[in-house]
Amino acid sequence: MALTIVQSNCTVCGACEFECPNAAIAFTGETYIIDPELCTECKGHYDLPQCAEVCPVPETCIPA
Amino acid sequence: MSNVIALDGLSVGSKDTLTKAMESEGCSSSACGSSDAPEDMDPATWEKVKDHPCYSEEAHHYFARMHVAVAPACNIQCNYCNRKYDCANESRPGVVSERLTPDQAARKVIAVANEIPQLSVLGIAGPGDSAYDWRKTRETFKLVQEQLPDIKLCLSTNGLALPDHVDDLLDMNIDHVTLTINMIDPQVGTKIYPWIFYDRKRRHGLEASQILHERQMQSLDLLHERGILVKVNSVMIPGINDEHLLEVNKEVKKRGAFLHNIMPLISAPEHGTVFGLEGQRGPTAAELKKLQDACAGGANLMKHCRQCRADAVGLLGEDRGQEFTMDLVPDEVTYDPAKRDTYREWVAKEREDRRAAAAEAKAETEAAVAETAEAMLVAVATKGGGRINQHFGHATEFQIFEVDAEGVRFVTHRRCDNYCVGGYGEEDKLELVIKTLEGIDTILCAKIGDCPREDLEAAGIEAIQDYAYEYIETAVSAVYRAKRGLPVAETA
Repeated sequence: MALTIVQSNCTVCGACEFECPNAAIAFTGETYIIDPELCTECKGHYDLPQCAEVCPVPETCIPA
Repeated sequence: MSNVIALDGLSVGSKDTLTKAMESEGCSSSACGSSDAPEDMDPATWEKVKDHPCYSEEAHHYFARMHVAVAPACNIQCNYCNRKYDCANESRPGVVSERLTPDQAARKVIAVANEIPQLSVLGIAGPGDSAYDWRKTRETFKLVQEQLPDIKLCLSTNGLALPDHVDDLLDMNIDHVTLTINMIDPQVGTKIYPWIFYDRKRRHGLEASQILHERQMQSLDLLHERGILVKVNSVMIPGINDEHLLEVNKEVKKRGAFLHNIMPLISAPEHGTVFGLEGQRGPTAAELKKLQDACAGGANLMKHCRQCRADAVGLLGEDRGQEFTMDLVPDEVTYDPAKRDTYREWVAKEREDRRAAAAEAKAETEAAVAETAEAMLVAVATKGGGRINQHFGHATEFQIFEVDAEGVRFVTHRRCDNYCVGGYGEEDKLELVIKTLEGIDTILCAKIGDCPREDLEAAGIEAIQDYAYEYIETAVSAVYRAKRGLPVAETA
């Protein structure tokens, strides 16, 4: 149970990294990626996955 | 030509060589003038704005700003913004070619300060919101302040996250903040902001605009209470908030905004913004001017904004960002204050002289023209420093001054393409320049070729190079007296 970032859509703004309560999102030097081991889709923290809530591009932070 | 100074390539020797290089007949007295604040400003405020090119029209002739794009994340979506856009040839807010870490940004600022002595302001203005991912903005400011304690720090934000960081602003001595406020009526906001991200949720429609409006007003009040100067930027969107901006102007004045900058919407389908794709147009120059005039009596308006890129470097009318891309910035840079110190000393003296020359010109004009003499618009080609020091063919913009019996006032700037490319002018470009200069009586420049001068004359615009390197106010006043002066009161 984790989200993933559609690389071709990502603007590399980093809002998702800023909001992630699990520190599951990291910048690799070119793009942001979600560590599926750490991602909980925000369950237990918030009602909705924060990365998908804040991402400016539709359909970019989606279920893996 | 010994009296030429190219501000953009300034090599600073000493204060004396600078003065020699700039010397003109504009002001013959060496002890004239005062450095007091202008009549309409208290001394404390003047102290804050006198070196900030975006807050003082006078300062923009002398001082440069730079922006670093360190905080690309944003907490709202605006219909005039496309977050995917990135192009080196575009010049408009929110557009940037490279994103920097705070450490890279600090190195870049030092490198620029070593090369451009006019640098006085570091701004963080997007893309993204500087107050949202505050960690990056704060770290950048801290790193820069350690090495360059006298640089002014400045940020531009939508205000949604700002109330949470006001104490940090005070800690870092930040005394300039720009808030982008496009509405005070959330109903209007629904047409501009499709959503905001606030308190862990994406919020749409009226709810989004209501929250944004409340936080923006809270930001303005908090900043004003703490003595931080606020410039309000508003994007004028015809049919959506154009008339409404009159109300915005009144409200932000009431709440203590120092300056209101109404900017035209920049919108084209190729920008990929919602407005661009919907065919929403920007206002014409005449519509913008009409709105600005209608705001008279409200908050003071900024008229010298160039809507620069989010990574611009240099004086307001220029962008030297391409000279300072990260691959050109060394891994280690040490700040050398010599150039900036020399430049500042020189500017202090030069400003006094210019102010005295302007006062002298004003007095001469008052004596020489009738009170009712018709006003005149004069275009000026300048590279900065408040002087007529640019070749007509090299100008990428003209500064427009209005002059009447009461004096000389900066009105706006008008952009144009470089007329002269590689030493010879191109005819079709000249036509564009002439169109740009519509309504202008006279153009003053350091030099102009015979052909363009004749073409301008045919279009009813007189081009004059006799005032090369003089102060703008001195030259514009002299032209005005020559054209509108009473016959008996001819002046030299």
